[in-house]
Amino acid sequence: MSPSVPLQEMIRAIRSARTQCEERGVIQRECAAIRAQFRQADNGGRSHNLAKLLYVHMLGYPAHFGQMECVRMIASPRYSEKRVGYLGAMMLLDEKQDASLLITNSIKNDLSHSNQYVQSLALCTLACMGSAEMCRDLAPEIDRLLRASNSYIKKKAALCAVHIVRKVHDLGELFAPAARSLLAEKNHGVLHGAVVLITELCERNPETLERFRKTVPDLVQIMKGLVISGYSPEHDVAGISDPFLQVRILRLLRILGRNNEAASDAMNDLLAQVATNTDSTKTVGNAVLYETVLTVLDIKSESGLRVLAVNILGRFLLNNDRNIRYIAMTSLQRIVGTDHNAVQRHRGTIVDCLKDQDASVKRRALELSLALVSATNIRSMMKELLLFLSSCPLELRAQAASGIFNAAERYAPSQRWHIDTILHVLTTAGGDVRDETVPNLIQLITNTSELHCYTVHKLYRALLSDISQQSLVQVACWCIGEYGDLLLRGECQETEPVQVQEQQSIIIRIRSIVSIYGSCIDVELQQRAVEYNALFKKYDHMRAAVLERMPVIEKNSPGHTNGESTREAVKEFFPPPCGSLQVCDLLDLLGGSEEPLQPNPAVGSTLPVLPVSTSSTAGGDLLDLLGGLEPTPLTPAPTVTVYEKGGVTLTLSSEKQSDSGLTVTLTACNSTDSDISSFTLQAAVPKSVQLHMKAPSGDSLPARGAAKVTQMVALSNPNKVGLQNTQ
Amino acid sequence: MQFMLLFSRQGKLRLQKWYVPLSDKEKKKITRELVQTVLARKPKMCSFLEWRDLKIVYKRYASLYFCCAIEDQDNELITLEIIHRYVELLDKYFGSVCELDIIFNFEKAYFILDEFLLGGEAQETSKKNVLKAIEQADLLQEVRHLIKITVDKVF
Repeated sequence: MSPSVPLQEMIRAIRSARTQCEERGVIQRECAAIRAQFRQADNGGRSHNLAKLLYVHMLGYPAHFGQMECVRMIASPRYSEKRVGYLGAMMLLDEKQDASLLITNSIKNDLSHSNQYVQSLALCTLACMGSAEMCRDLAPEIDRLLRASNSYIKKKAALCAVHIVRKVHDLGELFAPAARSLLAEKNHGVLHGAVVLITELCERNPETLERFRKTVPDLVQIMKGLVISGYSPEHDVAGISDPFLQVRILRLLRILGRNNEAASDAMNDLLAQVATNTDSTKTVGNAVLYETVLTVLDIKSESGLRVLAVNILGRFLLNNDRNIRYIAMTSLQRIVGTDHNAVQRHRGTIVDCLKDQDASVKRRALELSLALVSATNIRSMMKELLLFLSSCPLELRAQAASGIFNAAERYAPSQRWHIDTILHVLTTAGGDVRDETVPNLIQLITNTSELHCYTVHKLYRALLSDISQQSLVQVACWCIGEYGDLLLRGECQETEPVQVQEQQSIIIRIRSIVSIYGSCIDVELQQRAVEYNALFKKYDHMRAAVLERMPVIEKNSPGHTNGESTREAVKEFFPPPCGSLQVCDLLDLLGGSEEPLQPNPAVGSTLPVLPVSTSSTAGGDLLDLLGGLEPTPLTPAPTVTVYEKGGVTLTLSSEKQSDSGLTVTLTACNSTDSDISSFTLQAAVPKSVQLHMKAPSGDSLPARGAAKVTQMVALSNPNKVGLQNTQ
Repeated sequence: MQFMLLFSRQGKLRLQKWYVPLSDKEKKKITRELVQTVLARKPKMCSFLEWRDLKIVYKRYASLYFCCAIEDQDNELITLEIIHRYVELLDKYFGSVCELDIIFNFEKAYFILDEFLLGGEAQETSKKNVLKAIEQADLLQEVRHLIKITVDKVF
């Protein structure tokens, strides 16, 4: 076919433009010329003009003024113009445009054109961009073509019918009979179209699926013909006879055999034959094998066949071609739930794929590896997973870390192993772990009392080498704070003890650091700094009592989750330049008064602070409010605003349940312009009163008071200790 | 198949065939992002990737990337074969095809594609038949006037 000279000249002109600006200039000129040409009468160059416009459109420039020209060209008697017109319709018109309806009539006429190439244009366009109305309009025409035309048209009509069914589901019924009869055709193109159409019909309608199950023997026959027959040059691809048709038939068999014993039985032999005889040296053979495996695993196949299929996947895993390895893992992922043992056999290869260069392969290997972790292989798998974590790409780290934690939690062979594993993850990927890891780990540590010494030593050493991992620092600080006395004692059974020195003037240094933050911009830090300063100054005599060791945390108690806002406190409270000295400082704070002390409250851990006002003591304030309400039993107290700072307002209302019990409702509201997330309330009471916090209604405060977070707190005061009112 | 894109190593679009209805703006956005994603891949990486909720199959032939977006149930490996078949058709038609052929004869690249795929599915599995059909259609294009036999059109 001779090239379009005007088109090529324009393309040359555009390409020779050196800058974007120059190109725009050329295109503007050309578009103006094209527009002028469109308005003129027929001059024999219409197809060239439209082609030019389509090129300009592909470069990304607007071309909607060509839509009507497309409509006109489609109606032209000249084939050259029709061809470009229909191409333009497919590129510029989509079903959302009104102009697309205008071509319905032309398409209808062309569908019954005497020349099959014109019919072909109409069919192609309808299948590409036909809207639902157009499809409804033209469906009978397509059905007619499905029954009585040559192979060239039949194969196209079949795929056009597929498009129609996708657009208008009800029309499936119309095409079912014709589709059935097409299976008897010999032409591969028609067969392929028929199989695709039947697949579409069966996927849409379960009744149609039932009816088409009867075709399974025919399909098996066709497949056998393809697999066994001799060399057919026309359809051969690297020794496989028409792999495209084979794959489609296998897919249809999958749908027909699913959940049906009889159908599955009928195709069993064929699938075994294809699975064993298909040459797997080239991609095309593997494509057929892949589809076969998917079919075998989805239907009710006998166990021997299933094993064969999983073995094929196992072979794929060892293939040099990365693509094959990738799809093998994708398929194994699908069956790891149902055929777990079969997949376990290939665990070694899957774990090796963790070391692959390609990130997609690594991701698949990670998902599969995590799914294959079990009680028996936990130790060896964890070794591999931890190794993977240290070198894995950044985008996979979070997933790997959380997967490791889940696996460790479910299958940990011992507490110590569990703690070791979590510590290992924190040291390698501490920045990518989820936030609840820190409180979970802390809770785990407090519950394992026999390992306190070991844990605190390990954490101390970890901090000595690397202070940059935030979660690790949080956990370490908390632990050292809690069990610092164990460190000072200088002896440990499970691991080598660390020599820690006390320093005399440490209180002063701590106080000076704390005072610096007293004028910090961050409100949270500032408040705490001032509070601790107060603790040092006015209430120094109470310091020991206030900073006692924390009680054991109960699992799943939402009131004790770590407040996110404390994170920044940790980072900023220990500025890097001071290094390991700070750890000693912390210990010395504890060592400074001879009793076991609570960790430095600034460290991110559960804190006994319900912020009320900056000058009051930490803790005990809640009770003060309660005390004020006691005289009037059984009447709900008025709501009191207890905290108002930085846009967050906290109100408190209470109801006395009994002589010794009180239910308090805390309501938080956010009047700033941005949302606050991970908001938690914490409260503390003196030893004589018991506190039980119920689950909060949520943990995020939307901006501008859009919603509130409430939390119920039950207090019981069995000893009926007198409570003062300082509010 | 939902769509097929051909683009150069500099990210210039050479062909785009959409089988799903999307606005021009959406098409441009998808094209831009997908081209960026594919061009960022290293040479030895897998030909498949998951992008948004689609499976993307791509392959590079000389300076052109052939990129298809397929549905969940579609077979990735056979899609690679489809891409390869299309390249073979272009090669046979243009005689040792190169990117310039596709640039200067883009409408023919479309015509060939439309003889091979219809509505996103392969319509003809025989290479010979596809090429024969294109040849015949090209001959028809040379004919100056088309004589319509249907009587009611001749007025």
